Amino acid sequence: MSEKTSTELATTDSFSEQPLYPLPPHRHRLTDTDPRAARRAERQVATMFVLSALLVVAFVAAYVGVDVRTTLNLGPFGVVNASNLLLGLTMGGAILLIGIGAIHWAKKLMSDEEIVDERHPLGSPKEDQDEALAEFQTGLAESGFVERKIVRRSLIGALLLFPVPLIVFLRDMGPTDVNVLRETLWKKGDRILVDITLQPLRPEDLIVGTLVSASPEGLNEVQEIEHTQNARAKASIILVRMKPEEIRSQQGQGWDYQGILAFSKICTHVGCPIALYQQRTHHLLCPCHQSTFDLADSGNVVFGPAARQMPQLPITVDEEGYLVAADGFQQPVGPSFWERG
Amino acid sequence: MTSSSVRRHKATGLAVLLVGLLATGFGYAAVTGTAQASAPTANASQIEAGKKLYLEGCATCHGLAGQGGSDGPSLIGVGAAAVDFQVKTGRMPLAQPVNQAPRKPPVYNDEEIAALAAFVASLGAGPAIPTAEQVSTENADLAEGGELFRTNCAQCHNFAGKGGALSYGKYAPSLMDATPTEIYEAMLTGPQNMPNFPDASLPEEEKQAIIKYIQNLQQGESPGGLALGSLGPVTEGVFIWTAGLGILLAAAVWIGAKVR
Repeated sequence: MSEKTSTELATTDSFSEQPLYPLPPHRHRLTDTDPRAARRAERQVATMFVLSALLVVAFVAAYVGVDVRTTLNLGPFGVVNASNLLLGLTMGGAILLIGIGAIHWAKKLMSDEEIVDERHPLGSPKEDQDEALAEFQTGLAESGFVERKIVRRSLIGALLLFPVPLIVFLRDMGPTDVNVLRETLWKKGDRILVDITLQPLRPEDLIVGTLVSASPEGLNEVQEIEHTQNARAKASIILVRMKPEEIRSQQGQGWDYQGILAFSKICTHVGCPIALYQQRTHHLLCPCHQSTFDLADSGNVVFGPAARQMPQLPITVDEEGYLVAADGFQQPVGPSFWERG
Repeated sequence: MTSSSVRRHKATGLAVLLVGLLATGFGYAAVTGTAQASAPTANASQIEAGKKLYLEGCATCHGLAGQGGSDGPSLIGVGAAAVDFQVKTGRMPLAQPVNQAPRKPPVYNDEEIAALAAFVASLGAGPAIPTAEQVSTENADLAEGGELFRTNCAQCHNFAGKGGALSYGKYAPSLMDATPTEIYEAMLTGPQNMPNFPDASLPEEEKQAIIKYIQNLQQGESPGGLALGSLGPVTEGVFIWTAGLGILLAAAVWIGAKVR
């Protein structure tokens, strides 16, 4: 037995009567030999089942009796909703006790007979394999697949062409109309509205150190049309004000308005919205991957995985004194894309 | 017609000058008048007491006249609100130069803080300490506060107000211990690296709504059970991959173990 290699074992058809290695002797459980231990195990299993039933009753009682607004202070675990906690504990406990009880029953009390079931080779017996092969050959001859060349060749041609629709479908995965990625809603003269409240802003509304999240005025009209989220996501900006002499460089001459700068809110790395603006350092920190942009220096990257500066929006005021975009974004906002070059 | 418009009266220039001067004067009075009205009512002795405290505890960094220096920013125009916030939360005076002043028990008592605030407010007009009425959340809209919080505050202070990391050892502090007045003052003055949110861009009622939302967070109720610090997927992931999976593995081992 020991001289046989594994390949010989795999190809052999004879099932050996003897196990390949000696089995350890069967040891009886305590519950098999001691009737008192068996009775104890029986009681344990029954107790678990009864407890489970009691927990179900407690579940119903908690459902009926505990007001859903009641809270419990669990010290280090915080303040939790009492109803949720009790319902979860009772129902979870009831299911768990049925499971533990069943396993305990199976392990301690159910029959402890050990059965050896040897693995056998996976391949079919030789005669079955020969028979299947012979049947296949007969079928091949009867179908005329070999003689009828025109049928065979047209079938092969049809099968070769069959994947073409699947390849055509791949076109839908892209490239998309990349102009969608290049453009935002912002255009010359669009008023800058504060997010949520949609109030227009005057320059004097921002003092040095102020941060405002804002959107273009036309955004609400777009909301009925498709791709609202895309339009909103691309057009989100932040406004910050610093002392004009603190601005070291900008992406365009005079793109600020008296020290008020407008930048895209969308990280150029993978597009997280950023508003972690540190007003002393003028750094804008992305919470996703810690890309850091210096807004006092053209929005250039000073740290992190972002490869491109934060696009700046040129701003000015209209004749009524409200802050407006002096032009649209001059470079695509958000993460890089293949066609961007 | 032509001759009269060309040959102006001698007094015309004088009259224009007079009107201009008067308009400027009244305009200035009106502007400074409102500024004074919003400043806290401080008497001279309080300012004097504040100055004494200032020279002892603050002037080393912020300069003898509050003009600032290499160790501390100028305090001219920061207003009483900034002083009240920084000193009451113990952030000032700073024990040693650090990237970020931590919250600690206040060094000065309320009377001294009021004196300091009065002195710094006298250096230049700035935001006053908000009144109890200003920080009242009685009529505030909690839902709107949540929306405003998520737009303006959550990026740094975390969606549950637990705070978060910034760059170079700086951090946005947890809001769990902040009082309504402190929150209001922080929004108004922008302490340390926090941007400011003046009333013009974030009006008083919106600030009140945000305070109401933060108070709601501070109650700490967690209807979903154990919040694990409300820090998001990292703590939740660590918990479920260690404790959760550990329990499952232990159960599997127990089920498969041989019984004696």
